[in-house]
Amino acid sequence: MNLDTNEYGKFVRARAPKSPVLKNCLCAFLVGGGICAFAEALFHGYLALHITEENVKTLVPVTLIFLAALLTGFGVFDDVAKIAGAGTLVPITGFANAVASPAIDNKSEGLVLGVGAQMFTVAGPVIVYGVLTSVIYGFIYWIWGIAV
Amino acid sequence: MRVLRLKNPPSVIGCASVVGGKEHDGPLGADFDLHDETGTFGMDTWEKSESEMQRLALNLALAKGKCGDDVPEVIFAGDLMNQCTGSAYGLLGFCKPYFGLYGACSTFAEATVLGSLLISAGYFKNAAAISSSHFCSAERQFRFPLEYGGQRAPTAQWTATAAGAAILSASGNGPYVTEVLPGMIVDKGINDVNNMGAAMAPAAIDTLTAYFAETGKQPRDFDLILTGDLGLEGHAITLELMKERGYDMTDVYNDCGLLLYGRSSQDVHCGGSGCGCSASVICGHIMKRFAKGELKNILYLATGALMSPGRLKQGATIPGIAHLVRISAEKNGWEG
Repeated sequence: MNLDTNEYGKFVRARAPKSPVLKNCLCAFLVGGGICAFAEALFHGYLALHITEENVKTLVPVTLIFLAALLTGFGVFDDVAKIAGAGTLVPITGFANAVASPAIDNKSEGLVLGVGAQMFTVAGPVIVYGVLTSVIYGFIYWIWGIAV
Repeated sequence: MRVLRLKNPPSVIGCASVVGGKEHDGPLGADFDLHDETGTFGMDTWEKSESEMQRLALNLALAKGKCGDDVPEVIFAGDLMNQCTGSAYGLLGFCKPYFGLYGACSTFAEATVLGSLLISAGYFKNAAAISSSHFCSAERQFRFPLEYGGQRAPTAQWTATAAGAAILSASGNGPYVTEVLPGMIVDKGINDVNNMGAAMAPAAIDTLTAYFAETGKQPRDFDLILTGDLGLEGHAITLELMKERGYDMTDVYNDCGLLLYGRSSQDVHCGGSGCGCSASVICGHIMKRFAKGELKNILYLATGALMSPGRLKQGATIPGIAHLVRISAEKNGWEG
C-alpha cells in the first residue's frame, strides 16, 4: 500500500479496536441508575426530616455535587468514572467533577490565575451554551405566551 | 544520502533511568536505576517532579560513567512541557552548555543524533543526551485534569513517568553510536489524538525504508529494531506496511511502549508513550542487555507526534517524525 493520506486514514480506522459499546452502555446504565436511585432515596430521606419539598429539590442536587466534589478530591471519582463512563458523567456528578478536577490541578498556579481562572476550562462550554439555550427557550416560551 | 555513518563513533560511557511507580511495577522494573512510587520525587508540583527526574537521571548517569567535572561538555535535552521547562529547570544547576530540544517523544533519539554527530566531528569530547516525560504534567497539558472522570479510547496510550540520560564520549568501550538517520516530518492525515501510534507510524516507516534502501541491509541483520512509543497499533501498522515494502521485521521488531508496561494488567490500553518512554527503556533495559552481550547491533528509532492541542482544535492533523540511531557493540559495527 502506498501511503496515500486517504487510503492510510481508511486503513487505520478499519484496524483500530472499537470501544466496547455494549459493556460501556451497561456500566453507564447501572452506575447512572444507581446514582439516580440514591438521589431518589435522598429525596425521600430529606422529606422524612420534614423539610419542605421545594427545599428538598435544592438539597438533593447540592448533596450530589458535594459528594462528587469530595470524591474527586479524594481521587476516587475518576476511578469509578473510568468504568461508569456516561453513568457518572451525565448526572450532575459529572458536572461537579468537571469543575472540581481542574480546580485541584491548577492549585499550584495560585488561587486567582490558577484555581479561579482555570476552574471552568472543562465545564465552561456547558455553562455558556446551557445559559444560551435557556435564553432561546425562554424567548420562544415568551412569544408563545403572547401568541396564545 | 540520509544515513550518516559516524567517522568516530561515540561510546555510551554512562547511562541512567529514573521512573515512577507504575513503570517500576512493569516488566522492566528491575532494570531501572531509581524510582519513586508516588511519582513526586519529593516535589510539590508535577512540573517540578519532572525536572527533578532529569536532574537525578543526569547525576546518576555521570556517577555511573565515573565522570569528572569536565563531563558533559554539552547537554542536549528535551521534554513534553511547554517551552521545554522540564529540562531547563532540571538541568540549571549543572552549569553546562545546553541545547533544549523539542521532538515530542522522539527527543531522546534527536538528542543522541545531535550529540553523536558533534562528538564524531570533533567539536565536543563528550555530551549528555536526556529526555523525560511525566504522566501528570503531560495529562494536564495535553488532555484533561488528572482527577477528571472520563474513559480512554482503546487506542490511547499512557504517558510514561520516566527519564533517561546517556553520556556519550569520544573515548570509551562501547556500545557505540555508529550510524544515525535524521527523520523527516511526515503527516498522513491522522487527527485522532487518541491514536498517536497510527499518526507516528508513517514517519517510522519512512525512516526505516530510507535506512534499508540506502544501506542495502535487511531487518535480519539486526538483533533488534526498536521504535520509541508506537504502542500496539503503531507497532502493528509499521510491521504490516514494512512487510508490504519487502522488509519483514517480524522476528526482530519491538516497541519501547510495549516493553515498558504489562499492557493487560496495568490498564495502559495500547502501551506507553512520552519522551521518557524510550529514553528509560534504552538507558535502563537495552544498555543492560548490551552489557550482558545479548545485543550486538540494534536500530533504535524514537517517534514523535509534533502536535499541540491548540493546532488540533484548529483542524490540523498530526505530523510525526522518527530519528534513527544505530547502536553497535563494536566500534566498526557498521561493517557487520
